[in-house]
Amino acid sequence: MPERKAKAKKPRLIQGNEACTYGALYAGCSFYAGYPITPSSEIMELMSRELPKTEGVFIQMEDEIASISAVIGAAWAGKKAMTATSGPGFSLMQEGIGYAAITETPCVIVNSQRWGPSTGQPTKTAQGDVMQAIWGTHGDHPVIVLTASHVRDVFEMTVTAFNFSEQYRVPVILLLDEVLSHMRENVCLPEPGERNLIERQRPARADGFKPFKDLTFLPFGAGARFNVTGMAHDEDGFPAQAAEADRQLRRIMNKIHQNVEKVALYEELHLDDARVLIVTYGITSRAAENAVEELRAEGVPVGLVNLKTLWPFPDFLFERLGQNVSHLLVPELNLGQLVREVKRAVQGRWLTVEHLGRVDGSLITPQQIVEAIHQLTGTKIPKEGVQQC
Amino acid sequence: MLREQYSEYLRSEELPSVWCPGCGNGIIVKALVNAIAALSLRRDDVVLVGGIGCSGRTPFILDFNTMHTTHGRALAFATGIKLARPELKVIVAMGDGDASAIGGNHFIHACRRNIDLAAIIFNNAIYGQTGGQLAPTTPQGKRSTTSLLGTIEPNFDLCKLALGAGAGFVARTTVFDFHELIETLTRALTHKGFSVVEALTPCPTYFGRMNDLREPYEMLHYLKDQTIPQALEDVPDEAAQMKRLPTGIFKDEQRMEYTELYSQLCKAAKGAAVSSSE
Ligand SMILES: Cc1ncc(C[n+]2csc(CCOP(=O)(O)OP(=O)(O)O)c2C)c(N)n1
Ligand code: SF4
Repeated sequence: MPERKAKAKKPRLIQGNEACTYGALYAGCSFYAGYPITPSSEIMELMSRELPKTEGVFIQMEDEIASISAVIGAAWAGKKAMTATSGPGFSLMQEGIGYAAITETPCVIVNSQRWGPSTGQPTKTAQGDVMQAIWGTHGDHPVIVLTASHVRDVFEMTVTAFNFSEQYRVPVILLLDEVLSHMRENVCLPEPGERNLIERQRPARADGFKPFKDLTFLPFGAGARFNVTGMAHDEDGFPAQAAEADRQLRRIMNKIHQNVEKVALYEELHLDDARVLIVTYGITSRAAENAVEELRAEGVPVGLVNLKTLWPFPDFLFERLGQNVSHLLVPELNLGQLVREVKRAVQGRWLTVEHLGRVDGSLITPQQIVEAIHQLTGTKIPKEGVQQC
Repeated sequence: MLREQYSEYLRSEELPSVWCPGCGNGIIVKALVNAIAALSLRRDDVVLVGGIGCSGRTPFILDFNTMHTTHGRALAFATGIKLARPELKVIVAMGDGDASAIGGNHFIHACRRNIDLAAIIFNNAIYGQTGGQLAPTTPQGKRSTTSLLGTIEPNFDLCKLALGAGAGFVARTTVFDFHELIETLTRALTHKGFSVVEALTPCPTYFGRMNDLREPYEMLHYLKDQTIPQALEDVPDEAAQMKRLPTGIFKDEQRMEYTELYSQLCKAAKGAAVSSSE
């Protein structure tokens, strides 16, 4: 998104979770329901402080199932609504996320990832919920999954999450992680009006409004008395038989998959001459950027793709890769999740795809990536004593 | 009410409903329509939220803003709607399993918050939609498809549960007492706060068949015989209460309602924000 540099703004030292909250409020979020869980809790604490000041709604629910349910209810009552959680709470939300996807409910779910089930390693970081974010709920369903790399990016991607959810009427999942949630960076937040905000499209008339025909939306109480259901439904929200159920599911899937080039956000570095490409996302992209600098200084022709949108997966990006690229490295804080999508996207091509995983609760270091690339390309023997995950 | 007056509230294209002949759910819906008509509520201002179960299908046939949600979570969805638009009248239709098994947590917390929702529990003492399995409300000794020899589990008294959890309005009645049902629902809809109406209703298809009450009228008589209009505390002991369940309005007490308290909180937060910036 373009940065306007009109007047010099004073940067603020804020946490990723604060940036997420401010991003949501900037985007017009006026409803938050949640249940505390580290490392996401600061989002709800800040929401509880800020929302009442502007007559927004904050409620601490009895669990995450209730939280996502209240968020969906509020969205149908016309609010831009969100919740935030971490892995175990995210698992509890899955039925609700499926319901939101099938009922085309705009809402935002933030998952600040941590390691493992129940308490796992609550204060350690991970990127282990990528597959859960994409496939966690039942059946075929449309969702958008976004991520962010640094604190200002968290702000921007939260705004984007709301924009996409409003534009396409889908639940949008924003994957953060413990480190990004808790670290502080200097950030200049945009002024009101500096970012484009997308609002739900209203139909021309309430009369005859069909809630499940296209992207137009009317909330409850606006004069169109329709039905919302998780059952396979027709354009009016009433039970649909086989052919109509099939048509509707394909329609809502296509909202996302036919717009993949608009929804897929990414950053790239040195794609033009790269022979080795690091495909990265979220917090890990920062180590990857450092590694690229180091390797370039050594003369290794390495490039980088930082995926901000993890789903729908940008297959087109990989289809367009030039013949110059021979190796891909996918570093992730898990034992191999997004790498599967990368492999799928390049299948049939003469490319080596390698994974670098770390799951001890710490970040992948630039050095680990440099070593992995050396191994991959055979340009250097890894130094002794450096742990290879 | 006249026949034509009902049609104003019904989605005729969704009729007949999916319910079995002899099912009591339709009687509750009829009473609800009567109560809404008596209070002259505008259809546009009413939101009807259903859970999942035979009872959860209620939203489909009534011409309000309607939402058929997920199993057990109707109250949480409704809480979101009500907080977002406090001026709307939000009514929740749930099954007994819906409300007290999978949704038990949401139920007690909605009672505790005392948020202005009218919760109607269609209590048929069994899981209807999934084929007659045991519910937390199946009386001890009664049969279901997962308790063929009679259940060894004690059952919930939903009204006591609601009272204990802090609901402002708590009542129990049966579809046998149609006029009382209308009256109770009308009072519940007028109550500002969380109101619980437990409506005992027959499921001849499962509860009846499993428990030697094959004909719908037998089930209606069973409901009549199982209940007694009485205050909860007037029934001598627990055992007697289990035999004949007291019916009536057990509590109708005004205390500060959640959305009102929330709006006061917003004023306080705004005031604090203004004074701290001054
Ligand atoms: C998460 C989940 N678990 C289970 C089910 C299956 N299910 C649907 S309705 C129901 C129980 C219905 O019983 P009750 O709530 O008493 O309502 P009734 O059908 O008797 O009106 C169950 C277990 C479901 N839909 N969702
Ligand atoms: S199964 Fe029971 S509760 Fe369900 S519709 Fe039939 S009679 Fe009614």
